[in-house]
Amino acid sequence: MNRRDFLKGTIVVIAGAAVPLSSLEFFDPCEVLAVNPGIHWAFLVDTYKCVGCGFCVKACKLENDVPLEAKVTRTWVERYVYTRDGHQYVDSPDGALQGFPEPRIDMGLGEFKEIEPDNVGKAFFVPKLCNHCDTPPCTQVCPVGATYKNDEGVVLVDRSWCIGCGYCIMACPYGARYFHPVYKVADKCTLCYHRITKGLPPACVEACPFGARKICNIQDSNDPVTRLILSERVGILKEEFGTRPQAFYIGLTAEVR
Amino acid sequence: MIEQLAQQAMAVPGEAWTTKELFVLPNEYIYWSIQIVMYPFMTGLVAGAFVLSSLYHVFGVQRLRDIARFSLVFSFALLPVAMMPLLLHLQQPLRGINVLMTPHFTSAISAFGIVFLTYGSIVASELWFVYRRHFVLTVRELAARKERSGFAGFRLLFFKILTLGAMDISPAALDKDHQACKIMAAIGIPVACFLHGYAGFIFGSVKANALWMTPLMPVIFICSAIVSGIALCILSYVVIQAIRRLRARREMTARPAGAGGAPAVEGLQEATRQEVMLVSNYLLYFMIAAISLEILDLIFRGYTQVKSWDILRQVIMERDFTKIFILQYGIGNLLPFVMMILPGRTVRRTAAASCLVLFGVFMMRWNVVIGGQAFSLSFAGFMDYHLPIIPHNIETFKEGLFGALLVIITPFVLFYFINKIMPAFLKEEAH
Repeated sequence: MNRRDFLKGTIVVIAGAAVPLSSLEFFDPCEVLAVNPGIHWAFLVDTYKCVGCGFCVKACKLENDVPLEAKVTRTWVERYVYTRDGHQYVDSPDGALQGFPEPRIDMGLGEFKEIEPDNVGKAFFVPKLCNHCDTPPCTQVCPVGATYKNDEGVVLVDRSWCIGCGYCIMACPYGARYFHPVYKVADKCTLCYHRITKGLPPACVEACPFGARKICNIQDSNDPVTRLILSERVGILKEEFGTRPQAFYIGLTAEVR
Repeated sequence: MIEQLAQQAMAVPGEAWTTKELFVLPNEYIYWSIQIVMYPFMTGLVAGAFVLSSLYHVFGVQRLRDIARFSLVFSFALLPVAMMPLLLHLQQPLRGINVLMTPHFTSAISAFGIVFLTYGSIVASELWFVYRRHFVLTVRELAARKERSGFAGFRLLFFKILTLGAMDISPAALDKDHQACKIMAAIGIPVACFLHGYAGFIFGSVKANALWMTPLMPVIFICSAIVSGIALCILSYVVIQAIRRLRARREMTARPAGAGGAPAVEGLQEATRQEVMLVSNYLLYFMIAAISLEILDLIFRGYTQVKSWDILRQVIMERDFTKIFILQYGIGNLLPFVMMILPGRTVRRTAAASCLVLFGVFMMRWNVVIGGQAFSLSFAGFMDYHLPIIPHNIETFKEGLFGALLVIITPFVLFYFINKIMPAFLKEEAH
């Protein structure tokens, strides 16, 4: 083959290949993701619907192997009572594992405060859990990388790698973390990752008789819960920490921190 | 009974020593307790002792020669102990090595391994340059013996290894050693400050904690570290010199007059006095810096009155008033300060003041670490810490009084052994 034939052949091959290749488009991965949304889990709490029964707490403990008698919990319910004479009381006995069986307020150190029903101005319940923040301070401070935020937006702990220093517990502004009494490592809400990846709702969501707790894929605008978050006036907890929580609340007031 | 046992078995780490008042979140306990108080306290002592030794090596303050060598050796003895409280605190101590193996660099703690090992190697190499002559002389002396016991044979081998084969002790070689020492000490100062400054950063960078979060924290920690390090060196130096004096006196009475060997009692006393007086001046300077920064932080919080001030005021001004203003600032800072600036300062008074300063710095660590956890994240409740005294399980031992005492005693035990290899009070000409 001489030089002329080689050049001729090259031009033919390039021209021939250009036709089918021109039918292919070069995709921007971001565009593709926008058209086919991935999964990013978010949580919605409707505080108007919560009655403080504590079923969510019990379901969570049973589902996630957190001993019932251990005084730590992945999710808990807080009771806020405002009296007409200008006082504000908050409590969460045992994280509301048994709900709120007594009307009196647990003041700690074994003391209780009776409140006259006539004196109650307003009162409500606020369920709390890990906010699965978009910029989680807890994963930032882990010295060994045992806790991390996965691609689906869930903050998880690797029990086989955690050294139990407690730095993540200190770094969480929401008090969502604790040491597991049996495994002796940091533990927290996983949004029941073992369930949601199989298409099941988290245990607390399933146990809530009033639909106060909901979970959704916030990247899917067709998800009814996502639409609620997008259309309702929702709040987040402690936004001043810049953690970008992914747990949204309907009916928050300034006193809920 | 069985229920009670089950309850005990299910005890959450931290539950044993925490009491909650008003509204505290269910997962909140005082997770960082006495060992985390000991950690910055011990690293502070390491850093401070090293900075003191550097005053002689780098800045050439000749009068500090003896105390400088002593504090360098002591700093080396303190070094492994800086790590001890962390290991005692970990829920999974066997995985502690993961911090070195798989560091996660966005975490302040992950730097621990790197900074700690760098610092350790700097102190070790500086010590080697200081004591190389002693190692070589010991090897020569042992090798010259005709008959050697098994122990002497072992010592010979051990010291031979310590010399690393560098047997030249000509004046030129020793001069080089001295130069190397100076360089090591000069690198060591910023590393020592970093070692401790970053301990302050560990606390100062926790944005969830209203009391800890301040950029001043690392600087406050460094200043108080140097204060505590110098104070401990003064105290130990005075005590050890007193013991040596006592021994010298006993030997003098036991032996006929004029026999050499024991250091002269009067000379020792005067040398100690001069050194202690000089060092205590440095102690005063650093104390002024440390207290100014701490007060500045407090005033700034009170003046700006951000959201957290309400609860912080209650903790600082009411609940922890005794611990902060009486024990820390009063007995730990003001009293020793006055003791040292009053005219007619003596060695004994300085030693007593140093003792109080050490207590003050310990209380500062306590008030930062425990005080920072004395209030709830809800800003609506308080937690109290009750130091476990009689241990009833491994956890209350580790994170109790005896665990803390173990950490305090260890450096002195280590110093005893290290002193056998590298005598802190070696008589030799300036190097």
